Amino acid sequence: MKEVHVDEIISALEKLFIDANYDLSQNVVDTLAQAIDKEESPVGKEVLRELIKNANLARDEHIPICQDTGLAVTFVEVGQDVHITGGSLVDAVNEGVRRGYSKGYLRKSACHPFARKNTGDNTPAILHTKIVPGDKFKITVLPKGGGSENYGSVKMLVPSEGKEGMKALVLEMVTKGGPNPCPPIIVGVGIGGNFETSAFLSKEALMEPLGKRSDDPEIAAMELELLEAINKTGIGPQGYGGTVTALDVHVKMVPCHIASLPVAVNIQCHAHRIKEAII
Amino acid sequence: MEMKRIKAPLEDKVIEELRAGEKVFLSGYIYTARDTAHKRFIDTLNQGGKLPFDIQSQVIYYCGPSPAPPGRVIGACGPTTSSRMDAYSPRLIALGLKGMIGKGKRSQAVKEAIKQYRAIYFGATGGAGALLSKSVTSSEVIAYEDLGPEAVVRLGVVDMPLFVINDIYGSDLYETGTSRYKR
Repeated sequence: MKEVHVDEIISALEKLFIDANYDLSQNVVDTLAQAIDKEESPVGKEVLRELIKNANLARDEHIPICQDTGLAVTFVEVGQDVHITGGSLVDAVNEGVRRGYSKGYLRKSACHPFARKNTGDNTPAILHTKIVPGDKFKITVLPKGGGSENYGSVKMLVPSEGKEGMKALVLEMVTKGGPNPCPPIIVGVGIGGNFETSAFLSKEALMEPLGKRSDDPEIAAMELELLEAINKTGIGPQGYGGTVTALDVHVKMVPCHIASLPVAVNIQCHAHRIKEAII
Repeated sequence: MEMKRIKAPLEDKVIEELRAGEKVFLSGYIYTARDTAHKRFIDTLNQGGKLPFDIQSQVIYYCGPSPAPPGRVIGACGPTTSSRMDAYSPRLIALGLKGMIGKGKRSQAVKEAIKQYRAIYFGATGGAGALLSKSVTSSEVIAYEDLGPEAVVRLGVVDMPLFVINDIYGSDLYETGTSRYKR
């Protein structure tokens, strides 16, 4: 049995949220650079150049990539041979978020749903945990802005609506968002399971590296078909018109009930901030 | 692509020259205000009060920056979604507001006010908060300090990169751009 002390978890979280908000991963920067060649609109190309300049400035001069430094979405994979010592995992994650957002000069965006009073420290984190084989403790953070999250949707389709129904929902959400979720976007689609599983899968789909296709040929084909359809909408970078509306689409699919077809769409902005660490 | 250098406060003759789709670099002074500040502006006007700054010919930036670290003027300061201010903007435009900077589509009422009162709507690149912060040379809270990131701040800007979205001729870059590249 391996022991992981909560202090290690707190420090890791603090660092991950700061790194994520200042240092756009190379995978995203490279994909934005490739998008300049794919983009047909001169205005769209100019926007993409601004985004690359922005990522470089953020990293080199230590300025957050975007002022919306997001809600603190945190995925933790705990090996079943790991024992957490020194306190509660949930408290440790929240403490890591608190320190990261304070020490990193990150904006605190968590508030009461109706009173809109800010919680002041960007907690509570959105924490997802998974028990996995082994003795590793893996943390992935995905600070997620409000502008893109607002265009997510879960819909319980009628099974007869099939793939076409799924595709229509994805396009409906992309079109409804238009310029607001800060295109070029990344689209996560969760299919199957039940109501909450589909939503979770759509978020998990966003964690896949850009440009990576699903191992399942049926799913890989869906990803490419959706990407092509989204890029035909004409929305383009920032919604100013163009041929690169999405940088990528990832689909996760699991079996569902014989009476159901749950589909969830989760939209991510181009400032795709994601970092992971293994303790 | 053509790029123009313009100054804030905005003069009518400059606004007349601007067309949707153009990139411009804005220098001068602008004011940040987002959801709650706008609500307070309108509440103040309804009570017969005065706005915290003379709005004539001015430019409002829909922005709630991240905290400024020591030694810096401002943190990241990209735009927020403009549509949340649609309910308030026509009244401010009628009072002399000339420019708005944000991201995303505006309502028909805002577009009508832009035409009628000869104002302009610019898009700043959403998610380019670091890049936009490099244009800011000074920052001074002038009202509603209690609102934190939503306070009204007077920003000195030099060559702030913007795109013209809605011009006084009724053109809308979101509509023309999307229909041009729709397949």
